Amino acid sequence: MAAPLTLLLLVAVTVRAALYRSSLADLISERVEVVSPLTAWKRVVEGLALLDLGVSPYSGDVFHETPLIIYLFHFLVDYAEITFMLADVITAVALYLSVKDYNKQVFRKQKYALEADRYPLDCLELIRSPKEMQYIPLKVAMFYLLNPFTILSCVAKSTCGLNNAVIALFVLSTIKGNVLLSAIFLSLATYQSIYPLTLCAAALLYLLQRQYIPVNLRRFSFWWFVAQYAFMYLGSLFVIVGLSFFLLGSWDFLPSVYGFILSVPDLTPNIGLFWYFFAEMFEHFRLFFLCVFQINVFFYTVPLSIKLKEHPVFLIFMQLAVISIFKSYPTVGDIAASFIKHHKASSASSLNIFLVSCVLLACSALFPVLWHLWIYAGSANSNFYYAITLLFNVAQILLVSDYFYAFLRREHHLSHGLYLKRKDGSEATLVLK
Amino acid sequence: MGLLSDPNRRRALISLLTRLNAPICVVCYMAGVAWFMGLAFEPFTLRTYMSENAMGSTMVEERFPAGERALGTGREFSAHKKKAGGMPVDWLVKTMQSRGLEVFTQRFSRRLPFPDEDKERYMVKGTNVYGILRAPRAPRTEALVLSAPCSPGDDNNQAVGVLLGLAQYFRNQVFWAKDIIFLVNEHDLIGMQAWLEGYHHTNTTGMDWSPLQGRGGSIQAALSLELSSDVVTSLDLVLEGLNGQLPNLDLANLFYAFCQKIGVLCTTQGKLQRNDWDSVSGYSHAVQTMMLMVMKQASGRPWGDHGLFLRYHIEAATIKGINSFRQYKTDATTIGRLLEGMYRKLNNLLERLHQSYFFYLMPSLSHFVSIGYYMPAFGLLALILLLRMSSPGVLSVLTPLVISHLTGVALYTLPIHFQEIAVEHFPVSETEAVVLTAIAVYTAGLALPHNTHRLLTGRGTENGWKVLKLVAVLYLAVLLGCTALINFSLGFILALTLVPVAAFVTPDVPKALSAFIMVILSPACTLLFSVFLFQELQEMPVSFLDGWMLYLSVISQGILDHALYGSLVYPLVALLVYPCWLLFWNILFWK
Repeated sequence: MAAPLTLLLLVAVTVRAALYRSSLADLISERVEVVSPLTAWKRVVEGLALLDLGVSPYSGDVFHETPLIIYLFHFLVDYAEITFMLADVITAVALYLSVKDYNKQVFRKQKYALEADRYPLDCLELIRSPKEMQYIPLKVAMFYLLNPFTILSCVAKSTCGLNNAVIALFVLSTIKGNVLLSAIFLSLATYQSIYPLTLCAAALLYLLQRQYIPVNLRRFSFWWFVAQYAFMYLGSLFVIVGLSFFLLGSWDFLPSVYGFILSVPDLTPNIGLFWYFFAEMFEHFRLFFLCVFQINVFFYTVPLSIKLKEHPVFLIFMQLAVISIFKSYPTVGDIAASFIKHHKASSASSLNIFLVSCVLLACSALFPVLWHLWIYAGSANSNFYYAITLLFNVAQILLVSDYFYAFLRREHHLSHGLYLKRKDGSEATLVLK
Repeated sequence: MGLLSDPNRRRALISLLTRLNAPICVVCYMAGVAWFMGLAFEPFTLRTYMSENAMGSTMVEERFPAGERALGTGREFSAHKKKAGGMPVDWLVKTMQSRGLEVFTQRFSRRLPFPDEDKERYMVKGTNVYGILRAPRAPRTEALVLSAPCSPGDDNNQAVGVLLGLAQYFRNQVFWAKDIIFLVNEHDLIGMQAWLEGYHHTNTTGMDWSPLQGRGGSIQAALSLELSSDVVTSLDLVLEGLNGQLPNLDLANLFYAFCQKIGVLCTTQGKLQRNDWDSVSGYSHAVQTMMLMVMKQASGRPWGDHGLFLRYHIEAATIKGINSFRQYKTDATTIGRLLEGMYRKLNNLLERLHQSYFFYLMPSLSHFVSIGYYMPAFGLLALILLLRMSSPGVLSVLTPLVISHLTGVALYTLPIHFQEIAVEHFPVSETEAVVLTAIAVYTAGLALPHNTHRLLTGRGTENGWKVLKLVAVLYLAVLLGCTALINFSLGFILALTLVPVAAFVTPDVPKALSAFIMVILSPACTLLFSVFLFQELQEMPVSFLDGWMLYLSVISQGILDHALYGSLVYPLVALLVYPCWLLFWNILFWK
C-alpha cells in the first residue's frame, strides 16, 4: 500500500504548495475561523522577534504558544512552510499506520470470537472482512490530508498542525503498545494545550487491554500499571516543563500559556462557544462560568470511559471530538482532527450523518458571509455570527452522538443478533433513550 | 433527537416525503412566488417610521434663502466647465475658498481593463475637489458629506450650484457639530472610488490617486445630489448601492418625512406612489416599483454616486431631481431647504444609523417590507432543493465537478485576457471582443463532452448521476443561501430560475425539450429577460435589436464593475452559479 499512500502525499503537498504561492495565503491566515490567538503564525513571528531582541517573548499579550515551539521555529523560521507540510504528512502517515495496526487487532479479535462461537448467527453481515477494510487506512489518511479544513489550517501556518501531529504520533504509539512513547507523546500534547490530558484514560484502558491486565480496582497489577504510566507521563511532563524553563530562563510562560488557555482573557470571535458568553457576562460571575465551561471539557471523560471501556480506541476518537468542540479556542484544524472517526464507524444510520454533514457544510460556507456582513457591511452583528457558531457546534455534537449511537447499535447487534425480538417474539427496534 | 433517531417516526416521514415529493416541490415553488408577489400588497407592508430617536424630536426651521443665487453659481460653473473642457478645478477651488471652506484637491488616474463603450472612456484621469466646513464648536471627530458629480455636457450644473449655495449658507451657522465635506467628483463613480479610498487609506481596486491633504472625521452619512434643471417637479430617492447593499432605512424615512413637511413630491424608482392599493392597477403599480428595486439590487451595481459609500459602513443615498410635465414646480430654494433640514437632523446623530432595517424592499416610499417578511419566499424555494436530496453515496463525481469549475474559471478570466488576440483576428472593438468572448465561452461550456467519466471509471455509471445530482443540489442550496444573505434580490432571482431546473432534471426526461427549457432558465438567458423586463417596468420598452445591444452593454458593464469597484455579481455568476448550472446540464446528458 505504499504506492497509493505516496501518491496521496504528493497530491496533498502539491495542493498546499500551490496555495502557499498564491495570493490566498495572506487572506487565509487572517481568518478567525482558521487561526486563534493561541495558534496564529503572526504571533509566532512576533514572539521570535521579541526573542531576538533579548526580551521575553511572553511580555505583552501577544505570544501564547509554548517555549519549545518558539525554539523550534528559532531554527526553522525560514523553512516554516516545509515544517507545516511535514507536520501534516507525519500526521497522515501516523494515522495510516495506526489504523492498519488497529484493523489487524480487530480481525484477530473477530477470529477468536467467531471460533468461540460468540456471535449470533444472523449478524454475520455485520462482521468486517479484510477485503472491505483494506482501503480504510488509505481513506483515513486521504480524509485528513485532503480535508479543506486541514488544507486551510496548513496554508495559514497555524500551529494547530503541529498539535495534530503530536496527537497522531500519540495514537500510533498507543496502538502499537509502546507504553513509554505513548506517555511521552501524550505529555508533549498536554504540554502544548492542556486538553489532551483527557486522553490519558483512553490510553490507559487500551494499554491495559493489550497487556491483558483486567480493569479491576482491587487488583494490584492494575494499580501498578497505572502508577507506571502516571510516573512516565508526569515525569516526561516535568522534564519538558523544566526544559522550557531552562531554555527561557524564567517561569513567565506558565501564566501566558496555561493561564491563557484556562482563563480565556482574549474574546476574539472564533468558531467556539466561549467568546460570546464571556463578552456579555458580568465580572462577578466570570469565575463561576469559567469553571463550568472548562469542567465541561474534562467531564465527559468519566461517563465515556465507563461506557466504552471495552473499546478504548473509539474512546480516543470520541475524546478528540469532544475536545475540539468544547475547548476554549478551537479552530478548523481541531475539527479536522476530530473527523477521523468518520471512517471507523459502520455505515448504519447514514441518513442522520448525511444530514448533519450537510448542516456542517452549509455552516462552513456561511461563516465568511456573516463575518463580512458583520464587520464590513455593518448590516449584521455578533448575534448572527454566534448563531452560525452555535449551529456548527450543535451539528458537530449531533455528529458525535450519531457515531456513538451507530457504534453502540453495532455492538448490541453483534451480541444480541441483528433481528431483535421481544420476549413474546414480535419484532423490536432499538431506540436510544 | 426523537424525530431523527426514532425509527418508526423516521420511516413514516421518509415514506411521506418520497410519495409526495414532486407535488410538494411544485406547491413550494408556487407558494414562494405567490409570497413574493404578495409582498407588494399594501396591507402586508408596514408604514415607514423614524426609528432613530436622535433624529425624531428636533424642531427645525429651515431658512435657506439663496436659491436663485445658487442657480447663478450653477450657470457660472457650467460656463467654466465648457471652457476647461472638464472639471474647472481652479474656479471651484477659488469659489469654495471664498465661501470659507478648507479646499483640497485629489488627482486620480485609472486605465480600464477594456474600453467602456457606454460612457466612452478608457484612460481616465481626473481631479476631485472638496471643501471642508469645520464644525465651529465641536471636536472634529465626525463628518457628513454632500456631493455633486461633475458630469460632462449640461448635466448636474444646478447640483453643483446648490451645493455651493448651501456651503455659503451653512458657513454662517454656528450649530454644526460635525464637519461637512462638500465634494465635487469627476468621472462619477471612478472619482468617488478614488476619493473614498484616499479618505480611508485603502487601495482595493488598483487605482492611482494622490493622497488626500485634508480630512474630516469619520463620515456618518452622505448624500449625493443630481439636479439638471432649474425647477423640478419631483425628487427621486435612489438607495441601491454596490453589491446590492442598501443604506439604513432611516435615511429613506428622513427624506420622506422632509418631503412631506416641505410639500415636495417624492418618488422612488421614478414612480409616484398611488393611493388605490385595493384596485388591480394600484397593486400592479406597487409590484412594478418593487420589481424595479429588486432588479436594481440584483444587478449589484451602484445606481448613484452614493453606492460606494455603503461599503465603508457610511449610510448614503442619492437624491435626483426630475423635471416632468406637471403643473406644480419646486424651485431651488425649496430643494435647498430640504437638504438643510436633512443635514440639521443628521447633525444631531449621536451614533451611526443602526436602529432601523438594513435589509428591506420598498414597494413605495411610505411602505417597506423587512427581511423577516421577504426571506420566507426564498426559504420556500430553497426548501425544494432540500426535499430533492436523496440517496447519499460515495463522492466519485470529481470529473464533472472539476470540468465545470474549470469552465467557470475560463469564463471569468478569458474575456479580458484574450481581448488583444480577438481584436487582431476579428473586426471588433475591444469591448465587443470581451463581451463576445464571454458569450462564446458560455456557449462552449454547453457543448463540452461530459462523458469522460465513462472512459475514466469504466463501470457503474448507471447511478453515478444520482450522486452528482445530490452534490449539485447541495451546492446550489448553499450557494443560493449565501447569496440571498448578502444580496437578497440576486439570490431570489437566481433561485426562481435555477431551482426548477435543479429539482426536476434527470437523464430520463425528454432530451430536446428539457435542453431547451434549461437553456431558457440558464443565468445568461435570465439576464436577457431581465433586461427586457427592466425596460418594460420603466415604461421604455425596447425592440429586440435594441434590447440585444443593451444586453451586451450590461455584460460589459458587469465585468467593468467588478474590475473597477469590486462588484461581486460577475465573479459569483461566472465562478459559482455557471458551474453549478453546468453540473445539471451534465446530468441531463448523462446517458
